[in-house]
Amino acid sequence: MAGLEDLYREIILDHYRNPRNRGELETPPAHMAEGFNPLCGDEVQVFLHVNGDTISDISISGQGCSISQSSASMMTTAVLGKTVNEARQVIRAFKQMMSIHGDDLDGSDHDVSGETVEPNISLGDLEALRGVVKFPVRIKCATLAWNTLDQGIEETTS
Amino acid sequence: MSASANNVADTPLDVAAIKADFPLLSRQVNGQQIVYLDSAATSQKPRQVLNALNSYYEEINANVHRGAYQIAEQATSATEEARAHLQRFINAPSDNEIVFTKNATEAINLVAYSWGRTNLNEGDSVLITALEHHANIVPWQQLATERGVEIRWLPITDDGCLDMVDLEQMLDGVSLFAFSAASNVLGTLTPVRHLADAAHAAGALCLVDASQAVPHLLTDVTEWDCDFMAFTGHKMCGPTGIGVLWGRAELLDAMPPFLGGGEMILNVTREGFIPNELPWKFEAGTPPIAEIIGLGSAVSYLESIGMDAVRAHEVALTDYALCTLKERHGDDLIIHGPAATGDRGGVLSICYRDVHPHDLSQVLDQRGICVRAGHHCAKPLMKVLGVGATARASLYIYNDKTDVDLLSDALAEAGEFFSHQPA
Repeated sequence: MAGLEDLYREIILDHYRNPRNRGELETPPAHMAEGFNPLCGDEVQVFLHVNGDTISDISISGQGCSISQSSASMMTTAVLGKTVNEARQVIRAFKQMMSIHGDDLDGSDHDVSGETVEPNISLGDLEALRGVVKFPVRIKCATLAWNTLDQGIEETTS
Repeated sequence: MSASANNVADTPLDVAAIKADFPLLSRQVNGQQIVYLDSAATSQKPRQVLNALNSYYEEINANVHRGAYQIAEQATSATEEARAHLQRFINAPSDNEIVFTKNATEAINLVAYSWGRTNLNEGDSVLITALEHHANIVPWQQLATERGVEIRWLPITDDGCLDMVDLEQMLDGVSLFAFSAASNVLGTLTPVRHLADAAHAAGALCLVDASQAVPHLLTDVTEWDCDFMAFTGHKMCGPTGIGVLWGRAELLDAMPPFLGGGEMILNVTREGFIPNELPWKFEAGTPPIAEIIGLGSAVSYLESIGMDAVRAHEVALTDYALCTLKERHGDDLIIHGPAATGDRGGVLSICYRDVHPHDLSQVLDQRGICVRAGHHCAKPLMKVLGVGATARASLYIYNDKTDVDLLSDALAEAGEFFSHQPA
């Protein structure tokens, strides 16, 4: 049985209590993308400033549970300063981690969707969110900010 | 136990015996005995209802209003007996006013499509309240978009009751007043008869969303003097997929059919169709026969307990919950909605410290406790309350003081877990 400790790792609680890159950026030059989780009412705004090819600034506002808020916080630290393409790779890698079936967790790196796994991407602290897949209802919480970032990148670069 | 909790009236129900009627309540989740506190979302089902569903399929499964053979006649009469039973249960004047729908949402949509699109045009208004579930908001918003119908919102007071100071003024020129009898978020019971009288005095009709009322208290459409009432079966010990629209016969008669197809016609030619009589005019296609029979059985089950006893039990248990939770958790706990149990049902929307409701329900789940976390399909109300979400514990006939105590313990545990500072 998956216990609470699998879900609420210390690093997650730390990002929840002390969120990084929290707040709003001026639009323009930044771009704002908004995401909703209709299940629980969580909402997130991702402010994204793309300078040339690089994410030069990013911040998060909105409200949500510890999983959605910490995931958003960790996401900002993971993509800040990265190029848009690098950010896309991190997004893909994170979403792949969130789509692995809970039963296959231990030592397995294959992806049930059959897509190519991003082999060279280290998710670092984000690995702490791996336990979320054992709680399927919470996957949407963890991916909310990421889907919103994905949408924001599409909107700014299209 | 506290002195105040000791003063709480005792339940008239034999809860242990009732619990034993519900097979699901004997199971474990996450290694714990289940504590089901989400009956406002859907109730559990007693063995009597499950048996009724089974016997239909095992003994009289046949389509209704069609075959002349024995089991078809038995299925038809079982369906129509259930309809008559529902009529008696809500004290409706006639069983042809009982229209079976998929759920309360479909019942309200039926009125919005059939009555609304016949009678409402640009410049007309519908009054709803700040308490409403999305089911009693969105169908009217669709009419607003399509027809330019104005939607007015009756506000609520700080303690979650309807603010009726400007009711008369807000009803001025309104064609329909659509409101819930009981809030699915705050538990607020609204003064239905008073609201219906006010609507009629203003020349408006009224529709009552009674989804959270019919399972919990004596419902009497004649006493309420309303015009339409919608409710759903699965919150009152019945199966999913079956709801009821009750409407005054003269109103239903004047309304065009909602969905077209079999069952709802008297005759069809290449040139057109003649709609069937009430209530079948509004029941296109093969109805959910097993579910109708199951709902009839659920009504029998509730009647065997007695709706007055159901209400008395819930008042006593809600009182106990409000007293003990507040006493133990003090300012850590906010319970939204009316403070007096006379004004509310057993729905407790809670915020605990700064623990997000989603996280709270996760911790509770580890203790086998099922509560709902989120906006409860009432986002405009959440905005009024100034919160994005709440955790909602809702009580029913099979809940007892132990369930409330376990909830209370688990809240303390959740508070502990989330206040633990990382190293």
